[in-house]
Amino acid sequence: MTSPLIDVAGLQTYFPVRKGLLRRVVGAVRAVDGVSFSIQKGRTLGLVGESGCGKTTVGRSLLRLVEPTGGSVRFDGRDVLAAGGAEMRGLRRRMQIVFQDPYGSLNPRMKVRAILEEGLVIHRLGSAAERLERMTRALARTGLTAAALDRYPHEFSGGQRQRIAIARAIVIEPDFLVLDEPISALDVSIQAQVVNLLVELREQLGLTYLFISHDLSVVEYVSDDVAVMYLGRIVEQAPATRLYAEPLHPYTLALFSAVPSVEPDRRRRRIVLTGDVPSPARPPAGCRFHPRCPLAEQVCRQAEPPATVVDGHAVHCHVAAREVEQAGGDAVAAAARMAVLMAANGSAVAMPT
Amino acid sequence: MKRIYGLDRPWHEGYLRWLGNVVRGDLGRSFSRKQPVTTLIGERIGPTFLISGTALVLAWLLGVPLGLYASARSGMADERATSLLLYVLYSFPTFVAALFLQIVFSVWLRGTPWELPLFGMSDLPADAGWAAWAVDVARHAILPITCQTYVSLAYDSRFIKANMEEAVRQDYIRTARAKGAGTGRVLFHHAFRNTLIPLVTLLGLSLPGLIGGSVIIEQIFTWPGMGRLFFESIRERDYPTIMGLTLMFSVLTLIGQLLADLLYCLVDPRVSVE
Repeated sequence: MTSPLIDVAGLQTYFPVRKGLLRRVVGAVRAVDGVSFSIQKGRTLGLVGESGCGKTTVGRSLLRLVEPTGGSVRFDGRDVLAAGGAEMRGLRRRMQIVFQDPYGSLNPRMKVRAILEEGLVIHRLGSAAERLERMTRALARTGLTAAALDRYPHEFSGGQRQRIAIARAIVIEPDFLVLDEPISALDVSIQAQVVNLLVELREQLGLTYLFISHDLSVVEYVSDDVAVMYLGRIVEQAPATRLYAEPLHPYTLALFSAVPSVEPDRRRRRIVLTGDVPSPARPPAGCRFHPRCPLAEQVCRQAEPPATVVDGHAVHCHVAAREVEQAGGDAVAAAARMAVLMAANGSAVAMPT
Repeated sequence: MKRIYGLDRPWHEGYLRWLGNVVRGDLGRSFSRKQPVTTLIGERIGPTFLISGTALVLAWLLGVPLGLYASARSGMADERATSLLLYVLYSFPTFVAALFLQIVFSVWLRGTPWELPLFGMSDLPADAGWAAWAVDVARHAILPITCQTYVSLAYDSRFIKANMEEAVRQDYIRTARAKGAGTGRVLFHHAFRNTLIPLVTLLGLSLPGLIGGSVIIEQIFTWPGMGRLFFESIRERDYPTIMGLTLMFSVLTLIGQLLADLLYCLVDPRVSVE
């Protein structure tokens, strides 16, 4: 097995909470608290979870747009967190990011030409003529023409702006892209186009993606592997097909039950989680999901669940671990049992159809 | 008497006559000084402009770097200390500061090379040489200029910092950093340029003050400027002068706004004159 392009181990990003006149640090918001994953070259990891669970912070920490407090990030074997100025600039050429909101991520005072060219200039890529050629090529790949170069971002629609943001990211020919909810701000009709564009670009340019989203069906379509985050931790991680076929974690099950079905006649039961996400400044002891978990037991309140791994499908849950063991390592059977348990214990409501 | 000032005619007729004269550039004659109001304004505009123009340039020259520095080092100990100091300055009333400066530089330092004149614009006789006169006026102007600068300096730098902090939170700043742009480039090229619109608005609003002068400072330093003229004309119930000055301030405010709007085209490529 080749070494992964990006390898994250025990990543922690805490934001200090300051109080009082002297701005003393009184605590920390644990936005990301011990996240580990790795992505092989050319593959896509989907990162899902609800708002505020730390997905975005993970993406930004990888590129050091926010400074992580602990853990390690290795990109192509190199330690990203230890990189100094020049080395970091070199890494930034190879790791890029596309943000959620294309209205906010493009500097309104700069023409598309300046937005695209800046990265090329900073990284000293090519002469003026070569830069123009690269920019034209990047725009063409995202379905825009060179005519866009001399216009301002506000002259474009949301979908076009996101294409510009993508062209901006790929113009310096990176290897790795963090896609931070790249389609959530777009109209549904545009979303599919942009998703297909991203998939095409991955094939053509051999890109590796970290695809951050809360849209489970899009993640399933785009990703090779999927990680589910809750309150700063990854609770379940598996190859996409496996995760969608055999979800083991109660939180994953609850998320899946919330996805609207395209078959209006099918009656489904929706698992409704009670309560709010606890504050990441004071995460609960034991399993972080236990205050909202319908299956929580005594052990869940006390001990943090270790990873249970069944051929590449990892889950952090005491109950799921027991079910997997009882099923003799058969994840499909264990997942079925989990679903039954959830339906029996959860405050499930029948979906109105 | 009634006939001279047109008080024997109905008020609307008087108003129309005044309006007609204004259009022809005649603001009437001052009651107390027996001079045309336009002449009075013409005499006072220069001294006021000397003080407020210099103060404005100084405030911006110092305020912009201070504001940028404050936003670059936001939250650090040195920035917090400077910000606190600027706040103290901003809340310190000019008339107190003026009296304090007068005591220090005109009383305590009397007889030293640091002594500065207490008030007025020039002590020299009219036949003194041009160069000597200029130096003398400059020495007289130092204290009033200092007083007028420090308040706007504090205000401008706070304003710039607030706007920068707004801009720095935007996603396009993160985009710029992701591109690999250095701190300086992110700050100047991406963030500062996006704060120019509110700055230009502020600049436009300061135009009336530039010519209108400061009543308090000119009064304390007995500086022969517009602010003092305004104050004196009110005290002397010199209605033509009060009317003329008020009209001028309103027109200047409007021109300031218009100038700011026109400057938007310069600082923001999205705005054009059409």
